Amino acid sequence: MTSPAEHRLLLDGESVSFREGETLFELARRHGDAVPSLCFDDRLEPLGACRLCVVEVEGQARPVASCTTQAADGMVVRTMTEALERHRKALCDLVVSENPAGATIDPLRGSASQELAALAVRYEADGGRFAGARSGASRTDDPNPMILRDYDHCISCYRCVRVCSEQQGDDAITVGGRGFATRITTEFEGPLADSACTFCGQCVQTCPTGALADRRALRHADAPGELAATRSVCPYCGVGCSLDILTKGERIVGVQPAFDGPANEGALCVKGQFAWEWVQHPDRLATPLVREDGELVEASWDEALDRAADGFREAARAHGREAVYAVASGRAPHESAYTIQKLVRTCFQSNHVDNCSRA
Amino acid sequence: MAGLAATLGRGAMSNPLEDMDKPDVIFCIGTNMTEAHPVAATRLKKAQARGATLIVADPRQIPLARRADLHLPLRVGTDVALLGAMAHVIVREGLVDEAFVAERTEGFERLRDHVASFTPEWAESITGVAAADIERAAIAYGRAERGAIYYTLGITEHICGVDNVQSLCNLVLLTGNIGRPGTGINPMRGQNNIQGAGDAGALPNNYPGFQPVTDPNNQAKFERAWGVRVDLEKGMTKVRALERAGEKIFAMLICGENTVVSDPDADHCRRALESLEHLVVIDLFLTETAELADVVLPASSWGETDGVFTNTERRPQRVRAAIAPPGEARPEWWIVSQLARRLGAEGFEYESAAEVFDELCSLSPTYGGLSWELVAEGRHHWPVPEAGHPGTPVLHIGEFPRGRGLFATPSFRDPAEVTDEEYPVWLTTGRRLAHYHTRTMSGRSAGPEFLVPEEVVEVHPADVTAWGLADGENALLSSRRGSVVVRVAADDTSPRGTVFSSFSFSDVPVNVLTGSGYDPVTDTAELKVCPVRIEPA
Repeated sequence: MTSPAEHRLLLDGESVSFREGETLFELARRHGDAVPSLCFDDRLEPLGACRLCVVEVEGQARPVASCTTQAADGMVVRTMTEALERHRKALCDLVVSENPAGATIDPLRGSASQELAALAVRYEADGGRFAGARSGASRTDDPNPMILRDYDHCISCYRCVRVCSEQQGDDAITVGGRGFATRITTEFEGPLADSACTFCGQCVQTCPTGALADRRALRHADAPGELAATRSVCPYCGVGCSLDILTKGERIVGVQPAFDGPANEGALCVKGQFAWEWVQHPDRLATPLVREDGELVEASWDEALDRAADGFREAARAHGREAVYAVASGRAPHESAYTIQKLVRTCFQSNHVDNCSRA
Repeated sequence: MAGLAATLGRGAMSNPLEDMDKPDVIFCIGTNMTEAHPVAATRLKKAQARGATLIVADPRQIPLARRADLHLPLRVGTDVALLGAMAHVIVREGLVDEAFVAERTEGFERLRDHVASFTPEWAESITGVAAADIERAAIAYGRAERGAIYYTLGITEHICGVDNVQSLCNLVLLTGNIGRPGTGINPMRGQNNIQGAGDAGALPNNYPGFQPVTDPNNQAKFERAWGVRVDLEKGMTKVRALERAGEKIFAMLICGENTVVSDPDADHCRRALESLEHLVVIDLFLTETAELADVVLPASSWGETDGVFTNTERRPQRVRAAIAPPGEARPEWWIVSQLARRLGAEGFEYESAAEVFDELCSLSPTYGGLSWELVAEGRHHWPVPEAGHPGTPVLHIGEFPRGRGLFATPSFRDPAEVTDEEYPVWLTTGRRLAHYHTRTMSGRSAGPEFLVPEEVVEVHPADVTAWGLADGENALLSSRRGSVVVRVAADDTSPRGTVFSSFSFSDVPVNVLTGSGYDPVTDTAELKVCPVRIEPA
């Protein structure tokens, strides 16, 4: 028995329940995730622009976009008819025709960059009868080293424009022109650095074709090794955004936001997204150093640790145990701060320890 | 944090970040959130798009102020006057939540009498903010169903930092805007794990888990755990330790802090470190501070180290090693443990970060129910007192840790130094979106360097002309402590008479100028206010 409060409809012949306000796209996704889309992003208001997610609703003359249609009691919905799939293949051909023939999209371009490529495989789309005419011209003149604006791949799904407005709240990019002249641009058509863009990278990470791409990461497109992702947390401010560190072998090649990160829900800022190269910068210290005749020179761990310990022991002997002080870092993990305060409290029996929060 | 600890009993952000979507009135003061906490700021922008009213008090026209429904451009260092007048208006207009005040607070009558003379007109004469706008702000916050306060270092980095925080607390306690979703008093922590460093006990007054060192029970607890007796006396703060370097403090271990660039009165700070007999620095780079050390120990960095960070909303989360560190660099817990063992200590036989973290959990009431395994999920807000506890996203529900919330009675006083004929301009310092602290990280990344390749001092265009400066040309900026040469950028973000710069660039060491005074309770430096003279260079 179904309770009176429960809503149900018929989805591909199966009676399913749905939540108040749920769209047919969300419902279909919960039951098999087979309905394709290119303009959908969970976090954005649905637009119904790409028309790939159309479904048949009994009693409606034409298929409807499932992302903008709310489920209603007693609806009879079909998502996978031959006619729908034919329509979707034609749309895919049209969309793929926008892209340079045979182009492969490196996954380092962005989190969602493989979406169109995956659909092209599914629908064996190659541009077909639409090949030739294209819209959007790449902005090779934009000198910023972070966001590649490769509009040859743009399919005008407007996810970048919407994420910039709805999620980031910066409204830095907009849609200009119509038809084949449609293009993603900034207020004065100039480079991003002259716009309201804060280089958060959210547009890069929602772009389903890789038209907007991570330039820092793409430098490593040809580097050898399997691409791997390690879940971590951003090392900059206190918000604690979750992210994936992308690596090939022992090299960090990029960062992508975690869409299930509790603090950030897929967002990052310019630092978290693009400022990770310092980790493997040649300036990194790789050997302990000790001062000899006024100069810092390389030493073994044993030598350096002995020198460090001797100096503290000597200071405590000469001036008392309260002569030793330690400052823990607000940047390093807990285990660093914990061991430092324990060292001061157990080796010198004082509370002469602080962290860097006062200045 | 001390200000909140005294009035509420707990010095931390009261509400989780997800609550930022929920208030109907948001009051941001002393927080340049779009630049310092950009991802948190996106939540405020969304709340505003949904109809929340955004009130921003800041001397400068920061991006958040430009978005605000009401901007209160107060003169630097006058927050107590502004907030006192807001309390005055809330009382005068009958917007006090009397049931809340009766049930959950103490000292209301004293506060009511205290703020009786703090009229908006009086506050206008000190802050420069129109009395009518102070009234509008107070009435909007006072009437809010869910009012939330957010602040950062613009509140705390003053000689009256504790007074500022307690003035904010008074607004919260008057209106009952706490202990519920979408309300609260929320200090945003600036560094990835500054909350965690305090949680882990790197504080001169607290053991791990904010257990006071002055309590003999805590001393006994840690004596049992560690097998040594520790002083009941508080340690010195870092500020005092630097002050006493070469007199009382003779050896120092500094981990991951570029003290000589980030700290106030940089020349004094350098001399302090040079006067030590022994300085050991653990860091990733040979920073300006590491260059002064006797021993430099190379640490493994983010991306190379397993560990835990606790974010500003009290959420411990795992960080993970994705690659090996360069050369012989090692995790700090390993380095410190090796050092402790050489100093004869026992209890440093750790073989992993997990062992260290689990020991912390076993000794901390705030982490009592957490473990290395559990923080991998990242779903708990501390306190998590025992195993199985779901965590505490919202603090202060029903009761404050100290029992009743305490109304404090702070009075406005001038900053440590005020402008005069010789130093007629207010300098205030802060952050820029593209860079982080002293640029040891962001300065070695192409993106931030493209966006902000050099430091500037932002001067109002009318002042550029009035003071005989030129946009893009160098100026000499001097305070009572020193001088720096810096390029002028004509910019109307700061009001006339106030200039702004960040301390990120070591070739423009702005902290040579700062350091006029410290909060007497917390020893936090007054980095937000410094009278200077500015002239063509």
